[in-house]
Amino acid sequence: MTNSIEEVLGADVIFVTGSNTTENHPVIAAQMRQAIKRGTKLIVADPRKIELAKDAEVFLQIKPGTNVALFNGLMNVIIEEGLQDKEYIKERTENYEDLEKLVKDYTPERVAEICGVDANDIRKAARLYAKADKAGIFYAMGITQHKSGTHGVMSISNLALLCGNIGVESGGVNPLRGQNNVQGACDMGGLPADYPGYQKVNESEVKEKFEKAWGVNLSSKVGLTIPEMMKAAEKGTIKFMYIMGENPMFSDPDINHVKKALENLDFLVVQDIFLTETAELADVVLPAASFAEKDGTFTNTERRVQRIRKAIEPVGESKPDWEILMDIMNRLGYKKKYSHPSEIMDEIAEVTPQYGGINYDRIEKIGLQWPCPTKDHPGTKYLHKGKCARGKGLFMAVDHTESAEQPDADYPFILTTGRMLYHYHTRTMTGRVEGLNKISSESYIEINPSTANKLGLKDGDKVKVSSRRGEITTKVKLVDIINDNIVFMPFHYADGAVNYLTNTALDSIAKIPELKVCAVNIKKIS
Amino acid sequence: MVSITINGKKVKVPKDYSILEACKELGINIPTLCHDERLEPHAACRICVVEIVGMEKLPTSCSTKVEEGMEIYTHSQKVREARKEILNLLISNHPLNCLMCDKSGDCKLQKYCYEYNIKEVEYVGEKKNYPIDDSNPFYISDQNKCIDCGKCVRVCSELQCTGAISFSERGFNTHVGVPFEMPLEKSDCVSCGNCVSVCPVGALIPKRKERFMYEETKRVRTTCSYCGVGCQMDLIVKDNKIVEVHPAMGPSNKGLLCVKGKFGYKFVNHPDRLKKPLIKKNGKFVEASWEEAYSLITDKINEIKGKYGTESFAGLTSARCTNEENYLFQKLFRAVIGNNNVDHCARL
Repeated sequence: MTNSIEEVLGADVIFVTGSNTTENHPVIAAQMRQAIKRGTKLIVADPRKIELAKDAEVFLQIKPGTNVALFNGLMNVIIEEGLQDKEYIKERTENYEDLEKLVKDYTPERVAEICGVDANDIRKAARLYAKADKAGIFYAMGITQHKSGTHGVMSISNLALLCGNIGVESGGVNPLRGQNNVQGACDMGGLPADYPGYQKVNESEVKEKFEKAWGVNLSSKVGLTIPEMMKAAEKGTIKFMYIMGENPMFSDPDINHVKKALENLDFLVVQDIFLTETAELADVVLPAASFAEKDGTFTNTERRVQRIRKAIEPVGESKPDWEILMDIMNRLGYKKKYSHPSEIMDEIAEVTPQYGGINYDRIEKIGLQWPCPTKDHPGTKYLHKGKCARGKGLFMAVDHTESAEQPDADYPFILTTGRMLYHYHTRTMTGRVEGLNKISSESYIEINPSTANKLGLKDGDKVKVSSRRGEITTKVKLVDIINDNIVFMPFHYADGAVNYLTNTALDSIAKIPELKVCAVNIKKIS
Repeated sequence: MVSITINGKKVKVPKDYSILEACKELGINIPTLCHDERLEPHAACRICVVEIVGMEKLPTSCSTKVEEGMEIYTHSQKVREARKEILNLLISNHPLNCLMCDKSGDCKLQKYCYEYNIKEVEYVGEKKNYPIDDSNPFYISDQNKCIDCGKCVRVCSELQCTGAISFSERGFNTHVGVPFEMPLEKSDCVSCGNCVSVCPVGALIPKRKERFMYEETKRVRTTCSYCGVGCQMDLIVKDNKIVEVHPAMGPSNKGLLCVKGKFGYKFVNHPDRLKKPLIKKNGKFVEASWEEAYSLITDKINEIKGKYGTESFAGLTSARCTNEENYLFQKLFRAVIGNNNVDHCARL
C-alpha cells in the first residue's frame, strides 16, 4: 500500500475494486465501514455484488477481465468534464498527453458495453472519485490475476495520478496483500530478479555489494518465476526443488500440469507444518515450527514490520524454518551462524536500504513502516510525499485487451475464483479448525438463478464443471450476487479443487496467471 | 492545557481530556465496565463516578471533561460507597456461580466486587432466566450473566459495522440478542468475536475444549498469521498450548480481529502436525532423524550440482514465513547453491 490502513478513516472517497474486502481483509473492511458511517463515499467495481456493494454510492458490476477498460472509461469522463487535477499533472507527472489521447476512445457508452454496466454509473463514479479531495483506491487479486494484470495496476495508478491522489494522506494506490508476509517475502528478495530491497540481480554494482556482504561469487542471471520453474521441471532442466511453506499442488493454475512437473523432478524437498498435497510428492519432508513457536517479523500490507513471538515450544521435533535453512547452509559449507532471528534482521538492515533503520529493539512495542533507512528515521506512513519516488509520476497509457479465454459453444460460462471469509488459501490451517469447517466444509460453485434454470439446476445439485484443462465435481449454490453466465468458485477445497480448471495464461510482465477468468462448462450429475 | 487537582495533587492535562483519560495518564486506576476508548463515552454503567468539589452529584469520569481548577477525588469514601452500591445492584440478579464460570479470573465484575469488598448479596433480586444460545460454533451467549453495559452491541455496530446483535426489550428484561429472538447462527453474525473480546463478564465467552484458569496462563503478543493486515493479538497459553486469542490495540487493527484471527488458532496444536522429518522409501514415507534428512538433502544437492550444474535447482520461498526466513532462503539459493531461481506465491 502507498498509504496506511488507518488513513481509510480520513478518506472522502474509497474506491474498492477487485477486492472482496469484508471476506479477505475483514479488519480493513470494518474500518472502511466506520469511515462510511462518518460520511465517506464508497465506489465498488467487482463482478460480484460483494457485501461492500450494499454500502456503495455507485456499484459497477463489471464483467470479469474488463478492469482496464473501466479505468480508461472513468478517466475519459474525468478529462472530458475537466475534473482532472491540472496543477498536479503539470508539476508532478509526465506522459499525460499519451494518456489523454488513449482514453479519448473510451467513451462511457463504449466502456459500458465492454464491461456490461450502465454508462451513467461510469459517469457517476468518475465524478465522485475526481471531485473528492482525498480518495484512496483499494484493490487485490481481482485486478492482478489477469493476463492484463500489470496493465490493470498501471490503470489504477493513472487514475490516481490524474486526480492528484498519490503522495496524499488518505489517498493512494493500495493493494491489499493476501498473505501475512507476502510483502515481506517480496521485500526480502524472494523473487528471481531481486535481491532484498528490490535491488536487481543483473546490475553489476548490486551484485558486487552482495558478493562483498556475503563473501561469495554470485550469478547475475535473472532466475525463473514459478510458472517458468514448473515448465522447466516438466521439460527436465530443473532437477531439484526446495519448497518451503507453499502448496502449489493446490494454489497454482492447472494442477495436472504442476503434478507432472513435480513428479518429473529428481529430488523434491518440502518444508511445512502439515503433510500438504505438495508434500505428498516430496522425497524428503521437513517438519517446520508454526508462527506461534518462533521469533521473527512479518511485514504487513501497509509495509509495517512487526514482531511475532515464540509462545510455545515447537511441536514434536519440528524446528523454525530459519534454523533448518541455517543448518543446511552450514552443512553445504557456508559457515555463518545466527543464534537468534534478531541477528538475521541486523544483517537484513545492512544490505536492504528500506530496512536500514529497523532492529528488534525499535519494533518491540510498535512496528515500523518501511522505507526506514536509518536508525533515527521514524518510518514512512505514506509514500511519494512531496514528489514521486522516481521523480515524476509516470502515466502509462494502456489499452483494454480481452482475457485469454472467452466463452464459446463448448465452454459457455466464465469462471472466476477467489477466497471466502471462513477459510484461508489451501485450507491446510483453517481446514483443521472444527468451527470453521462447521460453517463451510465443502466446495461449491456460485450460479445465479437464471443460469441455473437454463441448466435445470437447483441449489445443492451436484455438478461436473469442466474446462480445457480438467474437470471437477462440486455443488451448486444459488446466489443473486453474480450475473448471468458467470460463475464463481472459492479455491480453498481439495474436493472440487478449482485450480484443475484455471488457465495458465500469463501476464507478460509480472508472469501472474489469469486465475480470475477461464471458460467452463457445467453439467448436472444425476 | 488546564490545571486540575486529582486526589490532592496538582497536574496539567490537555483541555479536551475526560477525567477518566486524565486519570489513566496519571496512572490512577478507575473502574470501568461500559467504557471502550474506541467508542464515544457511554456513561451507562456509572461505575467510573468521581467526586468533584463543589458538585453535589457524582459525575461519570468517562463523560465529564476536565475544567480549569477542578478538584477531583477518585477514591473518596463517597465515591467508594457509590461504586459499592452499583456493584450491589449488578450482582442482585447476577448468577453467582463464579466457581463454575469460564470467565473467572478475567471478569471485571468479580474483580471489582473483590476490590470494593462486597461481602454478601445485599439485595436479592429476581434472577434472569434466558436459554443459553450456543448455536454459534465459536462462542456462547449467556444473557443471564449480562450486565447491560452495551459494549458488545456498540462494537458490533460501530466498529465491526456488522450490526448482528442489539438490545431487545426494555427495563429488567433488557438483553442482548438477535432480532425476533432468533439464534445467533441465523443472524448476520460473522463470528469475528469482537463482542466476545470486549464483554467484561461471562455473558459472551469463547467455547472451550481445554480447562484452564486465567492465572495459570501466559500472554504473548504476536502478529496474526492469516492475511496481510497484520493484526496484533495476544496468544493465551497454558502448558505449551494456545487456549485463547485476544485482540490487541495494534496500529492496523485497533483491537479488532476477524473469525480466523480470533478463533482459527487450533491448527497449531492439531494432531496432524508434522513432528519428525519424513523420507520417502519405496513410495512410502518413513520417519527419520534430522541427521538422516539433512545428510540426504546435502548429498543430493552435491550430486545433482555435479551432474547437472547450478542451474538445475529451483526453490519456492514462502509468503507464510518470516522476513528472516525468507532472507535466509534466498541467500541459500543465491550464495550457496549459486543461482537466482527463487520465487514464491506472491502471484497466487
